[in-house]
Amino acid sequence: MTVTAVRKDPQALSLTLDAEFDASPERVWQLWADPRQLERWWGPPTYPATVTKHELRPGGRVEYHMTGPDGDQPRAFWDVEEVDAPRSLVVSDGFANEDGSPNTDMPMNQFRVTISEIGAGRTRMSIISTFPSTEAMEQLMAFGMEEGLTQAVGQIDAILAEDAVAQTAAPGT
Amino acid sequence: MVVCVQIAPPDFDRMFGALADHTRRDIVRRAIDGQEGIAELASYYPMSFAAVQKHIAILERAGLVTKQRMGRRKVVRTNLEGLRVARRLLDQYEVLWRGRINRMTELVNDSSRERDR
Repeated sequence: MTVTAVRKDPQALSLTLDAEFDASPERVWQLWADPRQLERWWGPPTYPATVTKHELRPGGRVEYHMTGPDGDQPRAFWDVEEVDAPRSLVVSDGFANEDGSPNTDMPMNQFRVTISEIGAGRTRMSIISTFPSTEAMEQLMAFGMEEGLTQAVGQIDAILAEDAVAQTAAPGT
Repeated sequence: MVVCVQIAPPDFDRMFGALADHTRRDIVRRAIDGQEGIAELASYYPMSFAAVQKHIAILERAGLVTKQRMGRRKVVRTNLEGLRVARRLLDQYEVLWRGRINRMTELVNDSSRERDR
């Protein structure tokens, strides 16, 4: 299994994932640094990403769009904050308008990537993702639904349905 | 005595609005034990009792905390069901990243196979 640890902190609104690869840190860094490789994993098969600008330096910007099954193409970008190849990367991921300008109605999600060698040709990559607020998280996940990134619709429905059932089932005394 | 713990279908706007504030998130964290009343909670923050009381009222309306009687005192207790919703959102985010990491692994493995050939 590649993902070795997951830590979720609902109060700090952060998610941390550790993953290990049978590869060098340089190889893992390429997944981020080479736009053609980034395109192959950022979006799911149903919503592949196309990277149109890739400035992986502090203050730089990465621009991309996803292409959905119906031909819809939501646009998004990263504001690149810190780059220390092949060890670390900090970016804020946000959504863009049709013309490519940042969509300021949508919150941004910052994530920090740390890559380190753990010996025997293995590399650990740690991703810490933080949201400015729960509202932001919800908004971003709502967008994820549109993108078909997760089964979010079903999950939200399930929460609502569960709560509705709990409410009807709860004793009135 | 049957204690009926029940939450209405979550009002997302209200819940997320309530959790969007740092002080309120901190109150939610401190009130998990459910041992302290408003006055005790208020002592942690550099603001008036009334301001903290207002924060707690917002959390209460959002269903994130409840006020409960404990002997002669009234304590504030976090409603863990409310927090569960936030956790579910993180779960979804985890699914997204797990998908990405699986695709990364495939890419890395493909390239090492090509090199070995």
